[in-house]
Amino acid sequence: MTATLNLLVGVSLIYVAFLFAVAFAAERAAVRGRSGWLRTPLVYTLSLSIYCTAWTFYGAVGYAARSGMEYVTIYLGPSLVMIGWWWVLRKLVRIGRSQRVTSVADLISARYGKSNTLAIVVTIMAVVGVTPYIALQLQSVTLALSIFSGPADVDGNAGLNMQSAGFWVAAGLALFTVLFGTRNLNANERHDGVVIAIAVEAVVKLVALIAVGVFVVWGIAGGIGPMMAQIDASDLGTWQVDRSRWAALTVLSAAAFLCLPRMFQVLVVENDDERHVQIASWAFPVYLMLMSLFVVPIAVVGLDLLPAGSNPDLFVVSVPLAQGQTGLAVLSFLGGFSSATSMVIVATLALSTMVSNHVVMPIYLSVKPGGASKSGDVRNVILRARRLSILLIIALGYLYYVLSGGSGALAAIGLISFAGVAQFLPAMLGGIFWRGATRVGALSGLCLGFAIWVYASLLPSFGQGAVLPASFFEVGPWGIGWLRPYAFFGIEGMDPTVHAVFWSLLLNTSVFVVGSLLSFPKPLERLQGAQFVNVFDHSGQARGWHASVAASEDLMIMAQRILGAAEAQALFRAAALEQGMTGHLPEPNPAFLERLERELSASVGTATAHAMVSQMVGAASVSVEDLLAVADESAQMLEYSSQLEAKSTELSRTAGQLREANDKLTQLSVQKDAFLGQISHELRTPMTSIRAFSEILRDAEGLSVAEKTKYASIIHVEAIRLTRLLDDLLDLSVMENGQVSLNSATGRLEAVLDHALITTQASGDGRLRIVRHKTAADTALTTDMDRLGQVFINLITNAQKYCRAEAPQLEISVRAEPHTLAVEFRDNGTPIPDAARALIFEKFARAAEVEGSGAGLGLAICREIMARLGGDISHVPQASGNLFVVKLPREAALAAQ
Amino acid sequence: MDKHVLLVEDEVNIIEAMSFLLKREGWRVDTHSDGATAVSAIRDARPDLVVLDYMLPGKSGIAILTELRALPDFATLPVLMLTARGQSRDREEAERAGVNRFMTKPFSNTEVLNAVRDLVRG
Repeated sequence: MTATLNLLVGVSLIYVAFLFAVAFAAERAAVRGRSGWLRTPLVYTLSLSIYCTAWTFYGAVGYAARSGMEYVTIYLGPSLVMIGWWWVLRKLVRIGRSQRVTSVADLISARYGKSNTLAIVVTIMAVVGVTPYIALQLQSVTLALSIFSGPADVDGNAGLNMQSAGFWVAAGLALFTVLFGTRNLNANERHDGVVIAIAVEAVVKLVALIAVGVFVVWGIAGGIGPMMAQIDASDLGTWQVDRSRWAALTVLSAAAFLCLPRMFQVLVVENDDERHVQIASWAFPVYLMLMSLFVVPIAVVGLDLLPAGSNPDLFVVSVPLAQGQTGLAVLSFLGGFSSATSMVIVATLALSTMVSNHVVMPIYLSVKPGGASKSGDVRNVILRARRLSILLIIALGYLYYVLSGGSGALAAIGLISFAGVAQFLPAMLGGIFWRGATRVGALSGLCLGFAIWVYASLLPSFGQGAVLPASFFEVGPWGIGWLRPYAFFGIEGMDPTVHAVFWSLLLNTSVFVVGSLLSFPKPLERLQGAQFVNVFDHSGQARGWHASVAASEDLMIMAQRILGAAEAQALFRAAALEQGMTGHLPEPNPAFLERLERELSASVGTATAHAMVSQMVGAASVSVEDLLAVADESAQMLEYSSQLEAKSTELSRTAGQLREANDKLTQLSVQKDAFLGQISHELRTPMTSIRAFSEILRDAEGLSVAEKTKYASIIHVEAIRLTRLLDDLLDLSVMENGQVSLNSATGRLEAVLDHALITTQASGDGRLRIVRHKTAADTALTTDMDRLGQVFINLITNAQKYCRAEAPQLEISVRAEPHTLAVEFRDNGTPIPDAARALIFEKFARAAEVEGSGAGLGLAICREIMARLGGDISHVPQASGNLFVVKLPREAALAAQ
Repeated sequence: MDKHVLLVEDEVNIIEAMSFLLKREGWRVDTHSDGATAVSAIRDARPDLVVLDYMLPGKSGIAILTELRALPDFATLPVLMLTARGQSRDREEAERAGVNRFMTKPFSNTEVLNAVRDLVRG
């Protein structure tokens, strides 16, 4: 039989080489962008067939031989999910795509506020839960090999060393998976080569099983009629249906179908088009039906044909072999081999993604801060982490295989795995249908369910007394009867599998619900919850992930807008060239979209770039994280723009101030010119009179004495006028230079006013009527009386000169307050215009409308004096007339002594 | 018949001096001190010569001259403008407005009488 074994190994190697070639071609095609044929509904449906592992291929027949029709439940669960719950799948797929979910751990963690704790817990649970399953594949392949190697010897040992065979199978699978799955790092965790290879394997296992079935029915039993009769005559025909087991197993297989990491990988992560789910929803049940069609005939014929004690798990191989059909047996072996390899590859790929993303990378990044900035480094680290994880997971499987003795029934091992991963179901379904689900609820439910599974299902599977002491099963741990692994709460007599599934899922779900109700979600959880539950509201129309060429053009237009025409065209042309396409529009495959996103993000920020590309491609919705990041960026932009705005406000304010200052300077310059003209006028006018009359006095003959006296007195008055002007100028100049000397004295304000009135009465023309409102209050003050008097004289003189009312009048009143005194000068002349008011206290300034003598120095002098006296003078706008208010402290702190 | 001069000036003492000098030269002298009504006063008086101050209350000498030159009958009426501001820009402005002679105060009596004689003869 060794020759057959060698043949078998040879055929297997050729088969693996063939799969490699297919996968390689597929990846080449994908890189070139010609991946259309890779991602069809048929390939998607066939890829789902990794549900049918070696357990299904070999184990279903064994299952039927041992437990009758119960094996149907394993097919029933997924079929019910596909037919009745395809919309759940669709929702999962939509969420998976829109959230860029890479694994079931990623999904649960993302839903519950991107909790890494949750991701780690799910990862560990998945690894532990799937380990028996991988062991099962090793076991099935080695068992099948042992059949070919010949019958067991007298000691009951197989002709083949089972452990070393198991090791080589494990090593081979590990190598295969590493080579297939981690050749390069695919950002979206999609593996074109792997998917096409498992689709091919799906065909091989279906063909193999049907071939064996056809041979059994027509080749051995002699047609459908005799076959049916044989079945009716066998034990299987009379097998009793255990309702609770049927229900539990159907639920379990349905749950496992959704929760198994490898199923999630092909159902969600590798999904290329949501619409494929709809086709698979009937096509996959058809596949399952074909797979299950000949299970009972093979089991019945095997039981009849082969000697008692033959392993029914191997009937698929051993029946043709016993009939001398070596070719068919090899094909059947290949079918089983396909089932095992496809499961191991996808399962370890999915698990290694979880391990590296949720366990290794967080540790690596926390150990090496700044490591993330060197992207090349990290890619290598991720790849190495993946490869290491794959080896580790397969090693664990091998360990389980060795520890469990490689003897358990395949179906039993499979069910343990199913029950383990089924613990994800409450958190997963709750997460996508119930907004109230929280991280705390999910975490406690998962942990409790998993703990129960380990205690009531996994550990007992090694055998009573192997890991858990036998006393646990009899009287419970530490004598606590209600904690017995097979009889929780003292409820005995339940099937162990049903028991474990029932309690773990019940308590898991209860704790999940109660925990969610009692805990309060964090904001990110709340947002993610809304995004997951309402995914169809957010993510628009269902369509393929690959955008059409029309989208390419849209992308081009958008890219041109952001990158500029030349750069965008260069980018697109280069991408098209790399994809092996002519023209300047590449196919918008994920690689290109990612690259475009990167280019765009340099200009508009990562989140915005992602949102823009997603919108264009239309398939992926904008995730909450994206929205938050966009909001962040927008907030930054807003802040930046408000800063700019503030700056521009400041600038315009400065500009306004400058303009104002300039206006004032211009006005002052005009005023200065006017002043120079005025000063010139003021000086030249008296000089003109003086010169003219002095020449007349000198030259004219026959002047009368009266004339001579008159002309001489004109000369005198004009000379005095000149002197006063010069005094004023000097006064102002001195005060402006701060060289003024003040003589402080104590006296009464009334007295100062009286003196000023007497002085001005002498010089005025007497037209101005002055009304004095005397005050009874005390007007005592200490200041420079002469300077204050000068201010009053100036104000009264101004009123005399410029008040042009019909009956000019000036009212003077005093307001005495505890610490200050205020003198008001109110005339009934033309109000000083607004424009002039700002300037009247500037030197050289004169209200433009007002003509007459005076150089515009009076008020400037007044202002200077009042500043020295510690008070002020102001002009208060009036409806008619003008009001000047002089305020000063009673005790002047004289500014310059 | 005596030549008629209208003296438009607001400084009392200068009016006094100019009147004295011009009367001694044989002029009939009328005076007017308000800028605002100066143009109508000139139109009514129809003098042979106008002596016009640059800086007047109500209306400036330049404005009065400009309005006067716009009237056909007064386009060529001799105008002597006197100013105390002494800025060269004022002179250019006055010449553009059509002044015949522009003098800066203070001036000698001889100077101003010569100018008047020139204007009336020319």
